[in-house]
Amino acid sequence: MTDTTRNLVYFGFIAALIIGTGLMTSWNLAITIVNFGLISAIMALGVNLQWGFAGLFNVGIMGFVALGGLATVLISMPPVGEAWAAGGVRVILALILGAATIVGAILAYNALPKGRMRAIGMIVILVAGFFIYRAVFDGGVQAVEAVNPANAGYLGGLGLPVLLAWPVGGLLAAGAAWIIGKTALGLRSDYLAIATLGIAEIIIAVLKNEDWLARGVKNVVGLPRPAPYEINLQNSETFVERVTNLGFDPVTASTLWVKAIYAGLFTVVLLILFILAQRALHSPWGRMMRAIRDNEVAAEAMGKDVTARHLQIFVLGSAICGIAGAMMTTLDGQLTPGTYQPLRFTFLIWVMVIVGGSGNNLGAVLGGFLIWWLWVMVEPIGLWLMQVVTSGMAEGFWLREHLLDSAAHMRLLTMGVVLLLVLRFSPRGLIPER
Amino acid sequence: MDLLNAFITLSNFVLIPAIAYGSQLALGALGVTLIYGILRFSNFAHGDTMAFGTMATILITWAFQSAGISAGPLPTALLALPFGIAVCALFVLATDRGVYSFYRTQKAKPIIFVMVSLGVMFIMNGLVRFIIGPNDQRFSDGERFIISVREFKALTGLKEGLAIKTTQGLTVITAIIVVALLFYFLNRTRTGKSMRAYSDNEDLALLSGINPERVVMVTWLIVAALATIAGVLYGLDKSFKPFVYFQLLLPIFASAIVGGLGNPLGAIAGGFTIAFSEVMITYAWKKVAGYALPDALAPDGLAQLLSTDYKFAVSFVILLIVLLFKPTGLFAGKSV
Repeated sequence: MTDTTRNLVYFGFIAALIIGTGLMTSWNLAITIVNFGLISAIMALGVNLQWGFAGLFNVGIMGFVALGGLATVLISMPPVGEAWAAGGVRVILALILGAATIVGAILAYNALPKGRMRAIGMIVILVAGFFIYRAVFDGGVQAVEAVNPANAGYLGGLGLPVLLAWPVGGLLAAGAAWIIGKTALGLRSDYLAIATLGIAEIIIAVLKNEDWLARGVKNVVGLPRPAPYEINLQNSETFVERVTNLGFDPVTASTLWVKAIYAGLFTVVLLILFILAQRALHSPWGRMMRAIRDNEVAAEAMGKDVTARHLQIFVLGSAICGIAGAMMTTLDGQLTPGTYQPLRFTFLIWVMVIVGGSGNNLGAVLGGFLIWWLWVMVEPIGLWLMQVVTSGMAEGFWLREHLLDSAAHMRLLTMGVVLLLVLRFSPRGLIPER
Repeated sequence: MDLLNAFITLSNFVLIPAIAYGSQLALGALGVTLIYGILRFSNFAHGDTMAFGTMATILITWAFQSAGISAGPLPTALLALPFGIAVCALFVLATDRGVYSFYRTQKAKPIIFVMVSLGVMFIMNGLVRFIIGPNDQRFSDGERFIISVREFKALTGLKEGLAIKTTQGLTVITAIIVVALLFYFLNRTRTGKSMRAYSDNEDLALLSGINPERVVMVTWLIVAALATIAGVLYGLDKSFKPFVYFQLLLPIFASAIVGGLGNPLGAIAGGFTIAFSEVMITYAWKKVAGYALPDALAPDGLAQLLSTDYKFAVSFVILLIVLLFKPTGLFAGKSV
């Protein structure tokens, strides 16, 4: 069997799974799985860039995805004029002051001679800068959060088209990745993992607590959409007429149609990124990356700047995760910082890349769809399994109740077992690197 | 008098909690650093190993409590602890046999080990949630305070009170005993010395007839004990929640790296550095400053540098600073 037929079989299998889901349960669920599968595939592409091409271990995907989500709010929501008037300028000023402090400290570090003077100078700048920043910042934040806290209490966004948020989400994630990469790359390989784990937790903490930015855990709902609203479709006579002629119920048809528009948009993004990643992999740059991954010492001896290339690809991969994050928030139509969990947004993506085949872009896409389907389906399957296991037990028996309640945690176990099995028995994944 | 009151307040809210938290972090970081020294990878499953050991201890504690066995004024969990350690050690040894040993014989890259530990983390986390559920569990019993605020005030006649929880005292005493035992073991016994030799230079250790499988097994046993003790102490002091234990991974790693990965003494120093910075930066200094400073200088606001929600940011920033300026850590750990 050639590679092409094998890949066709794999993707045909995925298609069969999704169509099967549509036939067995509902088409609404099937197309939702497709949408999230597309987003997962994009995230997996980004991680594959980092791990498959360069061997960088990023366990902070959640943070970059969340930054993409933040970009959606910052770009697409209309600005809250009152909040800007009340303290917006002050908050922005404080942020500029904070950034200036850090830049000042870096300049001082470079300018002052090595020794005690340098340490003291830096500490003085940082401490003084921090207090000035807080003095300006706190008042501004209080003023902003006091503005109509029930449905605003934040600065709002720029009111631009929501599609613009996708590239901007990538930029935000790239910025964060640059800071992390600059410090942690070039050291031991584990350090990057630990640093990314940390930044992800902190980004989520910021999203949850900085209410002036994106309302924190009060969530921003009703984000503008690139697709029409279902209710408008149902009220549009042409749409209703068209679908009734085709023999559909207008309500079902409108939800399916909206989701199909999203699916179309996501497919376009996935295709663009996939083609770019494919071109990158088969270019001299891609070969250099793999050479660095396989033997850093040899590549360095050949005059390649290993740390700089690692930083480059780390930023690129994180940017792709940021784009996917912005797309996901757009699809959800709301930003809910409380729902970002490392299991769902970091480790699941890892399982996708490993299972699909690290180093192979097609493999990443395959893994994205396959594992996402599994992720959605494990819970009902687990519940069904538990019902079978417990069917012999008496009603109200404690073990039966406990097993049924715990079925929801089957996901973690399943994903862990899948990851370990693939790493052990098929470390190259379903579609191995060529 | 005011200065004394300031000091009492400081002790009550900063020093004592930070010492207890630091001891817990130090025990956790010791486990991470031992794995790093002997097995040469960063064990991402450590937080969940702590959770697993604690869960085993909690279940046994409940069994003891319902059987009417108690340790008097001390928490029953102390009696259950050896059994918890045993369960955790069995599980950890089983994962080593079933998972890690394969990659050891293959001489896989450290990053593969890290990834595998991620898979183990998933499974442990899943098992813990499956068995005990994702919610908060309190299992502390016995005497709550060594000295309570009211007793302290009556005793000294000061305006401010000082409370020392039993669990805090217990944490510090246990940590001192455990660390003393560990260092005695590493420095004085034959097995401990062979472990250090293995950590310093694997090939040389093998040549001099040290059995690597035995070294690895002993390491896992010690790590299981350290992780369970750290987890139980943390759970007694605060409460047990699987997700919180996963999140502890960051401060624990930060402690181990700040001290110098692979260096046990550094892990302890790192644990206290992280704990004190975390508590001091997120503490509202208003009251202490009110006592210590003259009235004119007393702050209007809370005088809190960062809100407690950002306590992870503190360990993270310290981690970044150490990585930037001294990647081998304060106590010169292993390679960069």
